Amino acid sequence: MAIRLKDYTEKISPLSGGHRLCPGCGAPTAVHQGLMGIDSPLVVVNATGCLEVSTTVYPFSAWRVPWIHTAFENAGAGVSGVEAAYIALKKRGKIDKDIKFVTFGGDGGTYDIGLQSLSGALERGHDFTYICYNNQGYMNTGAQRSSATPRRANATTSPAGTVIPGKLQRAKDLTAIVEAHHIPYVAQTTLFNATDVAEKVKKAVETPGPAFVNILVPCVLFWGIDPALQHEICRLAADTRFWPVYEVENGKWKITYKPKKRVPIEEFLKPQARYRHLFKGDTSKALLEQAQADIEFEWQELLDRCGETWDPAD
Amino acid sequence: MKKEMNSAEMARPKKWQDVPMAGVAFGASAEAVETGQWRSIRPVWDSEKCISCLLCWNQCPDRAILTDENGKVSGIDLFFCKGCGICAHVCPKDAIEMKPEADFPSDSGSR
Amino acid sequence: MPRREIISGNWAFAEAMRQINPDVVAAYPITPSTDIPMKFAEFVANGKVDTNFVTVESEHSAITACVTAAAAGARVMTASSANGVALMHEIFPIAAFFRNPIVFGLVNRSLGAPINIHCDHSDSMGERDAGWVHLYCEDAQEAYDSAILAVRLAEHKDILSPVFVCQDGFITSHSFEAVSMLDDETVKSFVGERDADLPLLDVDNPVTYGSFAMSEYYFEIKRQQVEAHRNVLKHYDSVARDYESVSGRFYPKLDKYRTDDADFIVVVMSSASGVVKDVVDELREKGVKAGCLRIRMFRPFPAADVAEVLGKAKAVAVLDRALSIGGTAPLSAEVKSALYDAGAHVPLQSCVYGLGGRDFFPQHAMEIFADLQKGNIRAEERYIGLLE
Ligand SMILES: Cc1ncc(C[n+]2csc(CCOP(=O)(O)OP(=O)(O)O)c2C)c(N)n1
Ligand code: SF4
Ligand code: SF4
Repeated sequence: MAIRLKDYTEKISPLSGGHRLCPGCGAPTAVHQGLMGIDSPLVVVNATGCLEVSTTVYPFSAWRVPWIHTAFENAGAGVSGVEAAYIALKKRGKIDKDIKFVTFGGDGGTYDIGLQSLSGALERGHDFTYICYNNQGYMNTGAQRSSATPRRANATTSPAGTVIPGKLQRAKDLTAIVEAHHIPYVAQTTLFNATDVAEKVKKAVETPGPAFVNILVPCVLFWGIDPALQHEICRLAADTRFWPVYEVENGKWKITYKPKKRVPIEEFLKPQARYRHLFKGDTSKALLEQAQADIEFEWQELLDRCGETWDPAD
Repeated sequence: MKKEMNSAEMARPKKWQDVPMAGVAFGASAEAVETGQWRSIRPVWDSEKCISCLLCWNQCPDRAILTDENGKVSGIDLFFCKGCGICAHVCPKDAIEMKPEADFPSDSGSR
Repeated sequence: MPRREIISGNWAFAEAMRQINPDVVAAYPITPSTDIPMKFAEFVANGKVDTNFVTVESEHSAITACVTAAAAGARVMTASSANGVALMHEIFPIAAFFRNPIVFGLVNRSLGAPINIHCDHSDSMGERDAGWVHLYCEDAQEAYDSAILAVRLAEHKDILSPVFVCQDGFITSHSFEAVSMLDDETVKSFVGERDADLPLLDVDNPVTYGSFAMSEYYFEIKRQQVEAHRNVLKHYDSVARDYESVSGRFYPKLDKYRTDDADFIVVVMSSASGVVKDVVDELREKGVKAGCLRIRMFRPFPAADVAEVLGKAKAVAVLDRALSIGGTAPLSAEVKSALYDAGAHVPLQSCVYGLGGRDFFPQHAMEIFADLQKGNIRAEERYIGLLE
């Protein structure tokens, strides 16, 4: 399913310019890259969040495909209804096209408030692809922590203070939770290379039944990065193994990107203001060591699940 | 109903009856929104250096990298470009350089 | 062939759903409406309908799936009660705003706490301002007929509004009574096919549903919903007459029982009207000019018609099966405001009865009429059958 960029420049993105996401925001890039390889007509369902709000400021819409948003916690149910209508109307001969359904939700709308609705849709087996554009917090309301926010990050409801160094809890492993629904395709990726997002989403959309892709995307405001660093920071997330890139096809776990060498987690953390407190004061060394230890622990968990080993060049 | 809804006309309804049913918006009407006004730095593309690897095209959040019918980069759509600088950063050939908008006093860049 | 069977209110509603054979049903069980999705699931399992039945994991998802399916262009029905209705609260205004012609079997049950499965109207009254049409049915027959009629009302091009077809939990939903039903073909041709405006699934003409609309637009779009409800008042009778032409049964917005020359009128909704009407007959025999006004359509509220019926009375009592704690009970508030607008100063007693399924007996109705006759009318709300 390899994708070559030059085959797609003629194809118009389902998302037009003129949307009002921040300069450098990762969400629209995830949409462009993710939907690039889909040839069938599409309908998009969106949970409340930055992507939804900023692409549909009335009376303008940046969506070139049919698009619907109802609320924050129900994108899974929303796509279930559209897909159910499609099946019913097709059966009754009122629609003849083959349409695919893609849902976008932020991590808040997916990991937290929308988890039940997503779980229901996965269990019922609707034919749709759910894309979580995961910026690791509630951005639309001002950078609050979510259950996807990583440990030690400074978020507005888990601020790094003099006593507490940012968020204390480990992020929920949503990709594994989704996989536990035994759906045919689950993947995790980020905007780190030219075609991985497009290839994984294409596979997800073409797989019959539910599929899920968890895409780590930077929020320039929350992460506190130079907007130009979008690609760079995603590459570091993959290379430091902060955000492992893998897929699970019919229950078979597989790491699809193994960094060639061991890159210390500091390289991912350092450019981001949300981790600034980790580089100051007496506790700095210990906190960074813990951060690295967390990475090693979680990576080993993943290797075990995949039944794989990793031999970096260091 | 459809024809009346082009975005320019929609921009300011005169009365409540003018708004389309259910507050629907129509596909890609945001193409009329000039986000280029947000820019404080501007990407300047050098066709000589560009090898059309398309990395900038692929990464641009605003799909503001223009391509021609042969799939080659042909310029930058300053009507939409917000000046984030991602394109310049991902370019392996330094074919895009970010310059302050102040350097272009007579040219807003819009279409 | 038309049939007459002894069935419950829930089954009557489910039977109407079978005959309507909607494109999509998404529903979740809750007492006392559970029989509706259960019965419907049987129809699906036995091939009596070819509806796509979505067995969602919550009421919030049920109504969400109904909304998006309706926006997609499907004909959609569902049912719920009490806590289920409350859980859907966030989505009801969205359905109305999207102009989704959903027909909803609302089987009235009290809202907890304390948790209680019996009837009152606190669940649907909580959705008073959601922009849905509210129809309240007296019995199973009316629930059946209203389900079918509501499809045409909801899908009327000048209306396009979701409709609640309410019936009293247990009292109507679980009581078996004789219900006359149309034959399948008659229902099929009466409801026809849905011809959706701006369907989401029209991929060649992409539309965006559910944008972010700020202060420059929000008000105007809401105003259109007000117009849709004005159109309900305008067009309802013609839809009801069409239904009469196939069924022989006409359901007006207001059920006026011996009100023409009545001095004393009790205003009520749903099943309790049966009790009130009996008492009216008894009083009439004794020469008392009593009457009963049953409000079938609560939203939009036919205020002018209500005022016309009540304006000439000597005294009126309004019976609410819901509280508005700290304010005026919802039906009373509507009736009072209708009378005010008509310039009619009729003495009016607000009464609250039947909360949490508390029985309402003929004796209660008798006492209410007696107080009206005596002029024993207080500004304060009265609680019927309360231990005090
Ligand atoms: C029921 C409900 N609760 C809270 C909100 C407020 N709210 C809107 S968007 C949002 C956060 C969205 O976060 P996420 O899903 O991560 O998307 P992002 O904004 O980061 O793109 C919140 C809390 C809401 N709209 N609805
Ligand atoms: S706040 Fe963050 S997520 Fe939201 S538009 Fe801006 S960069 Fe994107
Ligand atoms: S500066 Fe940003 S918005 Fe402008 S063309 Fe480059 S990547 Fe696109």
